[in-house]
Amino acid sequence: MSETLDHIASAARTDAPPAILLDKVNKWYGALHVLRDVSLNVALGERVVVCGPSGSGKSTMIRCINRLETHQEGTIKVNGIELSDDLKALDDIRREVGMVFQSFNLFPHLTILENCTLAPIWVRRMPKKEAEELAMHYLTRVRIPEQAKKYPGQLSGGQQQRVAIARALCMKPKIMLFDEPTSALDPEMIKEVLDTMVGLAETGMTMICVTHEMGFARQVADRVVFMDRGEIVEIGEPNHLFENPQTERLKTFLSQILRGH
Amino acid sequence: MSQTTIDPRSLRAPPRRPLRLSWSDERVRAIVWQVLVVGIIGAIVWWLWSNTVHNLEVRRIATGFGFLGREAGLPIAENLIPYSPTDTYFRALLIGLLNTLKVAVVGIVLATVFGTLIGIARLSKNWLLSKIAGVYIEVIRDLPLLLQLLFWYAILQGLPGPRQALHPVGGVFLSNRGLKLPWIEWQDAHSYALLAFALGALFTWFYRRDAIRKRILDGRPRPVWPVALGCLLVLPVAIWAAAGAPWTVDWPELRGFNFRGGLNMSPEYFALLLGLTTYTAGFIAEIVRAGILAVPHGQWEAAQALGLRPGQVLKQVVLPQALRVIIPPMTSQYLNITKNSSLAVAIGYQDIVSIANTTLNQTGQAIEGIAIIMLVYLSISLSISLFMNWYNARIALVER
Repeated sequence: MSETLDHIASAARTDAPPAILLDKVNKWYGALHVLRDVSLNVALGERVVVCGPSGSGKSTMIRCINRLETHQEGTIKVNGIELSDDLKALDDIRREVGMVFQSFNLFPHLTILENCTLAPIWVRRMPKKEAEELAMHYLTRVRIPEQAKKYPGQLSGGQQQRVAIARALCMKPKIMLFDEPTSALDPEMIKEVLDTMVGLAETGMTMICVTHEMGFARQVADRVVFMDRGEIVEIGEPNHLFENPQTERLKTFLSQILRGH
Repeated sequence: MSQTTIDPRSLRAPPRRPLRLSWSDERVRAIVWQVLVVGIIGAIVWWLWSNTVHNLEVRRIATGFGFLGREAGLPIAENLIPYSPTDTYFRALLIGLLNTLKVAVVGIVLATVFGTLIGIARLSKNWLLSKIAGVYIEVIRDLPLLLQLLFWYAILQGLPGPRQALHPVGGVFLSNRGLKLPWIEWQDAHSYALLAFALGALFTWFYRRDAIRKRILDGRPRPVWPVALGCLLVLPVAIWAAAGAPWTVDWPELRGFNFRGGLNMSPEYFALLLGLTTYTAGFIAEIVRAGILAVPHGQWEAAQALGLRPGQVLKQVVLPQALRVIIPPMTSQYLNITKNSSLAVAIGYQDIVSIANTTLNQTGQAIEGIAIIMLVYLSISLSISLFMNWYNARIALVER
């Protein structure tokens, strides 16, 4: 395990400033200690997959990165900006970090196109025409431009999740966070969303993805983070991590995941 | 995504099912029941009508609305438009209608504002604030409105007399004769300034809407405040100054046993407004809270993650969805305020019910009097419903 941790340390040294830096982050829900001394560096352009049993704190960790949750101890820096109570810094960070949720969270009262142009118009102050062109560009990239005039409720789950990805991309984020993006989908729709994410990874986007899709992790991830009970237990390259689990906890987890598939 | 094309052969009308004359046929039963119900209701109406006409003939009571043109001879304490007891019943009833509208309209506005604030306070993370709001809602909703009205009226009656009136700030007097406020002596210059202000507000509103629309189109922000400052402050003040800048304040003064001058709010109106507002605000608070809670938390999170500020999240994402839940029950509350204002009769505020009752006693035209009351409430209620339904349709979700 110390070997894998050295690997991150060296990665952090060679690359200039990390896109995301978590240093000894701690968080409690009441008395429940949900993040314990979590430290992680993600370099620009790096793809990280986070896995672990439910309740291990993986969602909480990535939700701390754009402050949908607040951490109580430790440091989180995104693009060199530290997350604090400073609202200006928070604005700057949220503009650079896109997020995709398990339950899509599209805005049901807006069309697909309006879902995508809302933030560019109101946050980036982009002219409507330009925002719409941008939205159509990304909707084409997730392969659903013909749905632009429809409402979210008229789309399938897989289509909705691809719209959610396009909506986040319209803010031209430098970093994308995925919080179990395929967990709420039927099996036949998982692939279309994963394909979209693979395509995004190929563009060199910095990504942190919470998922149990091990095939996706092998194909795309530079590193896999295994979390359990609020701690990062193991970090490593996907093949290395999956084939040589160092801890009992990861071995158990992997056997459960493989049995499930 | 495959585009579904329609096979032209499938474009034919649905088959017509012939009506089978049998009691087991669903449609035959439906028709029989409907004919039966209409027949029974028609019979009841005819029976009531013929009975009434017969009784009126036996008792030699003249029917019709001719009495409306006769002199009323009934004193009214509060009137928005000039009135004296020598005026007709029609004008007296009109005063009553205006008094009802005065309490209903002001009540609707105040209850909406207070109710919304209390509803948001109950959702607040501040423990004390949310508990206070919770206790308020429970207490107010659990006591009968009539009791609350009598309570407020009793409190206002328990205030000291005019000579010992409470006097918190210069010119303000609170006594058992009501609330007295200083007021400027109204002149034409003030009317012109007020008109300019109203037009200015309208213009500012349209200008702001247009500025936002253009901002969305080309991304260039257009500040609204210079226009607002000019239209809402500079122009009205300039007009007032040009008209000679009259400024005489009419201070309420104690003369004998009561006050003279100033602006007056009677204890009856004050108690009714207070009771209706606080009562309905309790219900509106719960409606607002339910509406905001009906919007999933994920909507907040998604909008914030996109970089929208809390105000923008509320305006662009949460409110449009919450209003769809809030508007229909809100309509019911507005109707309730209007109809509950008829409890005015219990504390002596002269609304339409009170004046129509007196009219009815003096003229003996019971049926006409009740008909007028019913017509008035029906008209007000339908107007509120129509407006709210129109607004609801405007903000409704297009498709889900």
